[in-house]
Amino acid sequence: MSTSVALNGKGMLRGLNLRQRTILLISLMSLLLMTVLASSLYIDSSSLSTNFDSRNLAPSLEHPFGTDWMGRDMFARTLTGLGLSIMVGAFASAISTFVSVVLGLLSSMGRAADSFVSWLVDLFLSIPHLLLIILISIGLGGGATGVIIGVGLTHWTSLTRVVRAEIKQINTQDYIHISRNFGKSNWWIARKHILPHLVPQFLLGMILVFPHAILHEASVTFLGFGLSPHEPAIGIILSESMRYLAAGYWWLAFFPGMSLLIVVLAVDVIGENLGKIMDPRKAHE
Amino acid sequence: MYLKGENISFGYRKDDLILNNVDISLGSGEVLGLVGDSGSGKSTLCKILAGYEKNYQGSVSIDGKKIPSNTYNPVQLIFQHPEKAVNPRWKIKDILNEGHVVSQDVLNSFGIKKSWLDRWPNELSGGELQRFALARALSPETKFLIADEITTMVDAITQVQIWESILDIAERLNIGILVVSHEKNLLKKVCHEVVYLSRINNAGLYNELAFRDMQNASLSGMVPE
Repeated sequence: MSTSVALNGKGMLRGLNLRQRTILLISLMSLLLMTVLASSLYIDSSSLSTNFDSRNLAPSLEHPFGTDWMGRDMFARTLTGLGLSIMVGAFASAISTFVSVVLGLLSSMGRAADSFVSWLVDLFLSIPHLLLIILISIGLGGGATGVIIGVGLTHWTSLTRVVRAEIKQINTQDYIHISRNFGKSNWWIARKHILPHLVPQFLLGMILVFPHAILHEASVTFLGFGLSPHEPAIGIILSESMRYLAAGYWWLAFFPGMSLLIVVLAVDVIGENLGKIMDPRKAHE
Repeated sequence: MYLKGENISFGYRKDDLILNNVDISLGSGEVLGLVGDSGSGKSTLCKILAGYEKNYQGSVSIDGKKIPSNTYNPVQLIFQHPEKAVNPRWKIKDILNEGHVVSQDVLNSFGIKKSWLDRWPNELSGGELQRFALARALSPETKFLIADEITTMVDAITQVQIWESILDIAERLNIGILVVSHEKNLLKKVCHEVVYLSRINNAGLYNELAFRDMQNASLSGMVPE
């Protein structure tokens, strides 16, 4: 659907209102991410293998991102790495959202629970983020599982704070009191009145945590505490390329880094625009 | 049927009471006006009567019985700002039918148009929203309506329309209404009686509710112009 609209060209785009343009933008970005993810899954493993006949080739039509010192096609490696990154990011942000939902709702249960949640948030925020990821990741034995869980267990703090503040604010609203006066139960009010306000927060939080998670995964891997060296993760690719940059093989770092940036920005654009769509007050802008 | 507040005292601090031993009584079908200076505790009294504020001393009862919480409250409060009284993420028709399914009769009486029902609250004006706030509160189970400056933000013509509808429905359902307002012409027009809630002592230690007959007496001097 999105592609057919895009093919109609600029004149068509001008005729759309902001809401339609936002939806178009979101679908295009989602399509981009889906394509990256799908193609990373279907990449021929032979293109990842070493081929010493074509070592250190500059970008060309045959190897759009060039090849590395072992003759591996950087385009295929980057795609696979991005796919891995997207999956790590998705998984980590899902864990983060789940934890913040549970803790956010817990904080609305009572004063003691609220203090506990605030304390927990403060505790996690007081430890340097990257250090905590590395600690958890090593504690869990490293590797992909370690990184995913480490990244997932450290990104819930800000979203929990947002959810907690949101629930507090909603609970003082007149319409909540009115609902009580209509004889509605606390559970009914939480489900019907509070949840609709939180769903966008959760969804947005999940999407906005995503780039953080990807970048953290890449940096932990880059530092050598993350995924194992034979996996074509972006962090690994970047850290390996460091050794060859001085030799003039700029494409080894440039294209993977650029692709990571584009993926992260695409997710960010989706997050920002979803926020515009989901708020009824912004629907007309 | 009588809604009674007896010996009601309330303060945010112990040594600074806003309401001190206030008595108020409202009968079914009665329209009672409540005036008072700004800060004299009118809105607080309204909230106590409608069960919004729980930390008060004294008693609120209907025919001697305590008003049960957890069920539909027969005392419904309408606020000055309708836009705060509706969930901005609900469609109007859900807001309207939250308490009970509002009858077509009531909708017609308030002049509520079908086309409004599919909108979001921010797509309606304050006057339009206030009609929804009123319509949803006027269920057959409602015995008393507390109107806390509900038409302060609308023009005179809309004010007349809204009040005509309220009085008409209240009469049919035999609902007692407490009207809080600063507008003496409105009170003169709609109320059978007006009471004055004053804050005589500057320290706020003494409150008095004086009952005065509105039928003949003029309100001048009672209500700040």
